[in-house]
Amino acid sequence: MTQDHWNFLFIGLSFAVYIGIAVKSRAASTKEYYTAGGGVSPLANGMATAADWMSAATFISMAGTVAIVGYDASRFLMGWTGGFVLLTVLMVPFLRKFGKATVPDFIGDRYYSKLARGVAVLCAIFICMTYIMGQMRGVGVVFSQLFNIDVPYGVLIGAAIVFVYAGLGGMKGITYTQVAQYCVMAFAYTIPAVFIAIALTNNFIPQLGLIGNYTAGGETVPFLEKLNNINQEIGFEKYTDGKLATIDIFCITVALMCGTAGLPHVIVRFFTVKNVRAVRTSACWTLAFIAVIYLTAPTIGAFSRVNLIEKLNNTSYKDAPQWFKDFEDTGQMAWVDKNGDGKIQYFGPAKSEAKTSSPFQGKKPVYPESTAPDSQLRGVHGERLLTNKADMTNPNELWFGNDIMVMANPHMAGLPPWVIGLLMAGCIAAALSTAAGLLLVLSTSISHDLMKKIVKPDLSDKEEVSYARIAAFIALGVAAYFGINPPSAFIAKTVAFAFGLAASSFFPTLLMGIFFKRVNKQGAIAGMVTGIAFTAGYIIYFQFLGGTKDQWLFDISPEGIGAIGMLINFAVTLIVSFITPAPPQEVQDMVESIRMPDDPNADDADSAPPVTH
Amino acid sequence: MSDQNPHHNHARYWRKNIVLVLALLVIWFTVSLGSGILFRDWLDANFPKVGNAPFGFWMAQQGSIICFVGLLIVYKVLMNRLENEEGFSSKN
Repeated sequence: MTQDHWNFLFIGLSFAVYIGIAVKSRAASTKEYYTAGGGVSPLANGMATAADWMSAATFISMAGTVAIVGYDASRFLMGWTGGFVLLTVLMVPFLRKFGKATVPDFIGDRYYSKLARGVAVLCAIFICMTYIMGQMRGVGVVFSQLFNIDVPYGVLIGAAIVFVYAGLGGMKGITYTQVAQYCVMAFAYTIPAVFIAIALTNNFIPQLGLIGNYTAGGETVPFLEKLNNINQEIGFEKYTDGKLATIDIFCITVALMCGTAGLPHVIVRFFTVKNVRAVRTSACWTLAFIAVIYLTAPTIGAFSRVNLIEKLNNTSYKDAPQWFKDFEDTGQMAWVDKNGDGKIQYFGPAKSEAKTSSPFQGKKPVYPESTAPDSQLRGVHGERLLTNKADMTNPNELWFGNDIMVMANPHMAGLPPWVIGLLMAGCIAAALSTAAGLLLVLSTSISHDLMKKIVKPDLSDKEEVSYARIAAFIALGVAAYFGINPPSAFIAKTVAFAFGLAASSFFPTLLMGIFFKRVNKQGAIAGMVTGIAFTAGYIIYFQFLGGTKDQWLFDISPEGIGAIGMLINFAVTLIVSFITPAPPQEVQDMVESIRMPDDPNADDADSAPPVTH
Repeated sequence: MSDQNPHHNHARYWRKNIVLVLALLVIWFTVSLGSGILFRDWLDANFPKVGNAPFGFWMAQQGSIICFVGLLIVYKVLMNRLENEEGFSSKN
């Protein structure tokens, strides 16, 4: 069987499973549409949340980022897992007890204000929209490679599939498909890592290989020492050292953690389980499942870094492995023979006086039209030529995208084709599961929080689900449009935006709503508005209006400014709350009641009836 | 709802909950932002290596995540115990 056959087999099989599950468990009522009827088991919800949380970007790019920046990538590893501790001990048990379907619902009721609800809806829509664009792009890219079609068609196919099972199936449909998707992702991620760990370190547990010895090539040296040495030899920083300022990496990690704890699409996942105890159990499972991937990512990053340098650096193009030529053809790797010796040389910034390491001018390789004469398409060694001018300020000749580390890993290690097929299926699972979860929050924000609670309160249950489906369709249309025409620089920058916004708006507002009874409407609105205005203003100034690095406040990059925005939100909310009247008694009683766990002896009208499958 | 049950002591339950959460957050801060970032260099130099990895580096990329999972398990067990003690025990 060829590689294509394996790809089709794995992806086809996984899709049959997803669609089958979606059809079998489609939602019939608003309760099922929004929260799967509230009867999902903690284990299933844990897997579904893990799949929801890990996007295509996490799945594909994170290991690549670790490989390139080494220690500095710890901010993502800690930020995106540590946030779950905050989420579990500070947020979800209480929000689950509150018992409504969405996050703006809580903010609207707790702060007895349509304005607060409106601000929350806007934030939720913005955060989800930012994310979903990237997912649609990811699906499109994988499909285009798979079927040899253009990316726009890939995006459209992906959008149609997501709509079928998220738009129609609702929360109930996506929960059970996400369970299946998590299983595919976990195998796809860990199996290649195990094979590579055996090849490089003679240890079948990648995490032990990372802290063990490098044994390939006849020598036995500590693996990380080997990695530091080869990095330094070719002019990069030591792998275990960081380049970022301590205050900056600290703030970014805080912003990612608190942002995670404030992301609406993660919070609502915990509304699907039976009661507060189930929430805690489910949170344990969720983090355990996420940890499987997050503990493996740094090992894949480190292993593939060694593999890449050992296999390519100072290799003549003619002897370069076939996978390098394949990735050259798809435009994910490129080689510019600056010194004309026919060998691939890979160098870091320390090897040039200008401290640069880009092989060519411009950010991405640009290729001549395929109709151009052969002499413009292929160089003397058979390499693919670029139209970019070579950057002669440094000797580096190799270019590769961050995304290829995970995809190229099995090739580099010479793994069998079925592993690569599995990886493709895992990648699509990661993108689809996240897109579906986001789409659901987006559509409920519009149908429930905007239509039902603000615009048209007399909406019937059935109409509300119809609105949700229409909203899902429109949202997907917009996401697909941006997936086809990506405002490319924009997407990468807006991810920082999404986390900064979640950290400076939802996190403090929800937290104080639960833990400080005295905080009132005036305080919350003032806090949210100043927090968002500060964070958004800082990010927009530095990312879009050309602010420069030396103007950074306390050396904090726009990525980490959400941490400061959050402190501002806390301070403003508390000050304004204490100089304005206390919230009404019924709101204080409501806060009191969500702090208490479920009472099994009481006839709890909130708890959902068990759902049978 | 729960207000009618005489076995419940709401104030005490909430106070104990806050103490537990604060204790967990102190550990959470120490293992991640503390050892992974703020005191990383000092730990690398003065703490025993984990396998062949410097202690601070290992905490940042592996150890903190393992601790997070542990923290959530401890939280779940202790909260369930607290609820049983305070009369919120669940039948199922």
